[in-house]
Amino acid sequence: MIRHFARRLALIVPTLVGVTLLGFILVHAVPGDPVEVRTGERGISPERLAYFRHELGLDQPLWKQFADYEWQLLHGNLGRSLVTQESVWTEFTTFFPATLELGICALTFALVIGLPLGVIAAVRRGSALDYGLIGISVTGASMPIFWWGLMVILVFSVALGWTPVSGRIDELYYIEPHTGFLLIDSLFFSDDKGAFISTVRHLILPTIVLGTIPLATIARMTRSAMLEVLGEDYVRTARAKGLAPSRVVVVHALRNALIPVVTVLGLQVGALLGGAILTETVFSWPGVGHWLVESVQRRDYNVLQGGTLLIAILVMLVNLGVDVLYGVLNPRLRR
Amino acid sequence: MSSLLDVRDLSVAFDTAAGRFNAVQSVDLTVASGEVLCVVGESGSGKSVSVLAVMGLLPPTGRVTSQEIRFRGEDLRTATPRARRRLIGRDVAMVFQEPTSSLNPCYTIGWQIGEALRVHGATAPSQVRRRVLDLLGQVGVPAPEQRMRSFPHQLSGGLNQRVMIAMAIACDPALLIADEPTTALDVTVQQGVLDLLVGLQRDRGMGLVLITHDMGVVAQTAQRVQVMYAGQVMEEQPADPLFAHPRHPYTAALLDALPERAEGKLRLPTIPGMVPGIDDRPGGCLFAPRCRFTTPKCTADRPALRPVNGAKVRCHYPLDDAGQPTGWTLGGST
Ligand SMILES: Nc1ncnc2c1ncn2[C@@H]1O[C@H](COP(=O)(O)OP(=O)(O)O)[C@@H](O)[C@H]1O
Ligand SMILES: [Mg+2]
Repeated sequence: MIRHFARRLALIVPTLVGVTLLGFILVHAVPGDPVEVRTGERGISPERLAYFRHELGLDQPLWKQFADYEWQLLHGNLGRSLVTQESVWTEFTTFFPATLELGICALTFALVIGLPLGVIAAVRRGSALDYGLIGISVTGASMPIFWWGLMVILVFSVALGWTPVSGRIDELYYIEPHTGFLLIDSLFFSDDKGAFISTVRHLILPTIVLGTIPLATIARMTRSAMLEVLGEDYVRTARAKGLAPSRVVVVHALRNALIPVVTVLGLQVGALLGGAILTETVFSWPGVGHWLVESVQRRDYNVLQGGTLLIAILVMLVNLGVDVLYGVLNPRLRR
Repeated sequence: MSSLLDVRDLSVAFDTAAGRFNAVQSVDLTVASGEVLCVVGESGSGKSVSVLAVMGLLPPTGRVTSQEIRFRGEDLRTATPRARRRLIGRDVAMVFQEPTSSLNPCYTIGWQIGEALRVHGATAPSQVRRRVLDLLGQVGVPAPEQRMRSFPHQLSGGLNQRVMIAMAIACDPALLIADEPTTALDVTVQQGVLDLLVGLQRDRGMGLVLITHDMGVVAQTAQRVQVMYAGQVMEEQPADPLFAHPRHPYTAALLDALPERAEGKLRLPTIPGMVPGIDDRPGGCLFAPRCRFTTPKCTADRPALRPVNGAKVRCHYPLDDAGQPTGWTLGGST
């Protein structure tokens, strides 16, 4: 177990170097550079262009730029945004809570609905309900987020007018960021109860859109894990003890089925962040995804590279956490 | 001795891809309190399926029909699920063949034994703990304080089977059903587990249904024996007369295969052929294809279970005291 983690940790450094290299290549492969993009169509004299490029170090050979960047990273320096001059780390910490809040809501939504759906489908295997759930989850798992987001906006915001279209909160409220999580800040640090309600209303659609794919995946995984577990000898033993069916299913079967489901959930976090970028774009959600997409348009190399790196680290940490959780959930790994 | 379990005319059919398969056909099963009944037969003869049907533990593909299934006079077929669960696990408990896979890998054995106690009459945690330790001691698990915190995968099969037994007797059942409790265990620990079961049965005056395919086990434990073959009861007798005078050729063949009866022979006699499965059930007597005495009548008519000399036998030509089929001629007249 310990050796397993040592190996995982040893792999982190080369992986991160790989991530920065890939990020660097991709960012520089995009046509145009930050200076060109900013000067736009009005044009600029070649001298001024050369001057700005020199200022940003863009006149250096690529390998030198990369080496300098890595050298700065080694000192814990992610650099500054080429556009705002703000440090990349500060910008990340400003935008990240919005993404985290949305991600947690989406994952909770997916778990709270997906887990019971999977369990019910497995217990009622072969029923119309089961087939219905399979159909829904197959559709859900392959739902294109962009289209799906526009659809729910059209129905719930435009046609029915139940929910707002974009943003995290109504513009009438200004909430001083304490934790960065608007649900918490608006509930505990604002006197106006309307702020909290507005936050919740803004969260509903993005949560559903981002949560749909993980929900479908969780439901499907839970169903198949439960089907396997329900045929195990220890489930028969549990019934032989005279336990109520609900207790047999939840305490004895689901507890075991959770082990593979948690693994899948861990893998979903990477996909969830990918989905968050799309969702944030559709809903103008001021999170990390939105921030990154804007920096692509501005060719803000430092933000793009730094943001990608931070997200990569985050995904790795989550996977490590899932590994630990897996060990906790599965006593068979203990000696 | 009062009657504990009365099962009459129990049949179980499975709907399989190949069609309907009658795994158990018209089996009667009675156990009196304090009695040891051995159900013996080769693998595939329907022993497990019949007791699982009584316990209500068959998968949904198994269709159970019966004239009656009574426990202490209460009809289990008409009992509400809740009433049934009060009996199952508390008054009737069961031990299975594969101890390690029969225990939940995610919970400690102490927790799993405790659960049986908590479900049937919630007691205080300290009391549950004391009872669990006490039970582990009774079933001969060494160092119960530490063992109760172990997970099943950390214990040997023999210890796990003792844990299963502790869990089964936790609520003082009146009837214990043990389905091949030693078959999956290491030979060196089989005897210990068997002795434990018989000892517990004697001390507590429980009824015990012991399922086995091993006539040696039957010889050591049984008061009454029911021999099953291909889903039917072939013979039923108290143990002593059964070993002295088996009435069914199948029982006789099982006894001939006992090592102690094969002395002087170079090879242990075995019964040629296999228990017929779903496709190859003959129309007449199910044992006819493998029987020494088969006549045309045997292949044509399925015999009924009928009383013969204090036994019940399903054979057209039950064996006499000399082991010869009565009324048998090679041609097959009566
Ligand atoms: N769930 C099931 N579906 C279909 N057939 C089954 C099922 N369980 C048992 N059987 C069949 O029923 C017959 C009796 O099985 P079983 O009672 O387990 O035999 P044994 O006497 O060895 O305990 C076997 O032929 C077996 O294949
Ligand atoms: Mg069996």
